[in-house]
Amino acid sequence: MTKLLELENLTRVFQVGEQTVHALNEVTLQIAQGEYLSIMGPSGSGKSTLLHILGLLDRADSGHYRLDGKDVTDLSDQQQAKIRRDRIGFVFQFFHLVPRLTAIENVELPLLLAGVAVDERRQRAEAVMASVGLSERSEHRPDQLSGGQRQRVAIARATIMEPMLLLADEPTGNLDSQSGREVIDIMEKLQQRGITLVVVTHDPVLGRRAHRQLKMVDGRIADDQYHQEGT
Amino acid sequence: MRLADMLAFAMGAINGQRGRTALVLLAMAIGVAAVVILTALGDGARRYVMAEFASLGTNLLIVLPGRTETAGMGAALMVSETPRDLTIEDAEALKRLPLVRRVAPVSLGSAAVSRKQREREVQIFGSSAELLTVRHLTMAQGRFLPESDLDRGQPVCVIGSNTRKELFAAEPALGQWLRIGDRRFRVIGVLASTGSSMGLDPEDVVIIPVASAQMLFNTTTLFRILIEGKNRESLPQIESYILKTLSERHQGEEDVTVVSQDAVLKTFDRILQALTLTLAGIAAISLAVAGILIMNVMLISLSQRLSEIGLLKALGAAPAQIRRLFLTEAALLSLLGAVLGLLLGLLGNYFVGRTYPAFPMSAPLWAIFAALLVSLVTGLVFGVMPARRAARLDPVQALMRR
Repeated sequence: MTKLLELENLTRVFQVGEQTVHALNEVTLQIAQGEYLSIMGPSGSGKSTLLHILGLLDRADSGHYRLDGKDVTDLSDQQQAKIRRDRIGFVFQFFHLVPRLTAIENVELPLLLAGVAVDERRQRAEAVMASVGLSERSEHRPDQLSGGQRQRVAIARATIMEPMLLLADEPTGNLDSQSGREVIDIMEKLQQRGITLVVVTHDPVLGRRAHRQLKMVDGRIADDQYHQEGT
Repeated sequence: MRLADMLAFAMGAINGQRGRTALVLLAMAIGVAAVVILTALGDGARRYVMAEFASLGTNLLIVLPGRTETAGMGAALMVSETPRDLTIEDAEALKRLPLVRRVAPVSLGSAAVSRKQREREVQIFGSSAELLTVRHLTMAQGRFLPESDLDRGQPVCVIGSNTRKELFAAEPALGQWLRIGDRRFRVIGVLASTGSSMGLDPEDVVIIPVASAQMLFNTTTLFRILIEGKNRESLPQIESYILKTLSERHQGEEDVTVVSQDAVLKTFDRILQALTLTLAGIAAISLAVAGILIMNVMLISLSQRLSEIGLLKALGAAPAQIRRLFLTEAALLSLLGAVLGLLLGLLGNYFVGRTYPAFPMSAPLWAIFAALLVSLVTGLVFGVMPARRAARLDPVQALMRR
């Protein structure tokens, strides 16, 4: 399998008062195209920081990060933004939908930023809304949707640019178990169709579904296991 | 990002925060309305004064005794000589000049005017029949001074409306006699109170033939000579004729000053233009205040929209895009406020205009465009700081908020 992501000795340091905290300490990791990976660990273990760096939302203090064979460590903000837009999708615990926009307008946002014309935008947005089963909810505002529906809108938005990497930060953290399962189902279907899925979670049940499970402790990868599907 | 999308997105954000929007629009509207109304007042004052001057008479030249020169501390100042007086004969001579239509000599003084037990100290204008047209005066009753030779001092007078009221109360004034100083004059006319007021108050004045005035004040000099040319273009020509004629008559001494009305008008125009600009400047301060308010409100809105900004960054908005979005929002806000203020100001002008119909109340076009431009620039300038801050936000921090 080709290596989609390669991290080499990544270190990320935060200054908290007098103390220096190593959120990431010399992390080296390779993720293949199409993998399904979960990152677990206690609070403060650095799993969110790792996700942010994978998603180019944060920069490492040292080390190298290659995405699809290209070193992206030292790209400018603008170039990184373009990669985020075109190749990476995010799903957050708190959904982060813009409250004044309708569901479909939220889904269209990445296309809007990319300067895609109105007609094409609407067409593509309708297609992804259908793929998450929310066609009839297109014109609803976020506050008229249930938590599960909001997260599905967020997934639709994350996938509309057809990224190769989907990053989810506690995607079910704010959902009841029923809607949580629906959300997971949708993401796993996307993974089966070839997207690389990385999920950060506290939830062991969710974490164990992934084919590859990372455990982080104190900014290091403490455990890295492959499992068979369906365990 | 497309321009239309950017505008729509900014409009959405503006529409999504009604309270903030109302506040900013109000501040901007007040600023712009202040500019529009104050410049309208200033410019109205300018045009009002200009109209007053125009009623002084068009194509007018004024001859004053004495020479004003701008020569520093020269010998001329040391050996200054008293200028020769302007006389009735000078006026007669000027009358014969080509291109001159009318000549009105003016002798000015003040004297006690009495009738029976009533007595008033009134300005006495000694002049000729020509004064009526030269100064655009209108009669309320009777007639103006009769046409006659300048050196014939008939005992007749024309009085202002207020003078008439004070001396005659409700009685008819025409044909009555009154006493000016130690001489008796018969009232042959009463001036209408409208008309020119520059230097001649048509309400409180008594006008008598110039020769009578000279006898009254026991003098042979004239205060000035008013000359009306045939047309505006001939004024410089006439001016040189006047100077030539009078210096010939004054033993080669060019000892008079000729002032054209244009020169006076221009001076006043400059002064009042400066006044209008001052008012506009004062109003611009309120625009600056509105700008600072926009900055504050944008900063507050920034902290309320942290997660939105974080999200846009996560979705791949470049810093420049975020900056443009926020600037667009600030510019739209200030433009909307400016348009609102423009309407408000024009409405204000309309009502002031209706309340004081005599005052020409309308904002000059440049002021309207300047107000719009300044408000837009203000919005952009004060929008830069919040926009830069938004663009620099750390997306991870911004997304930590719900």
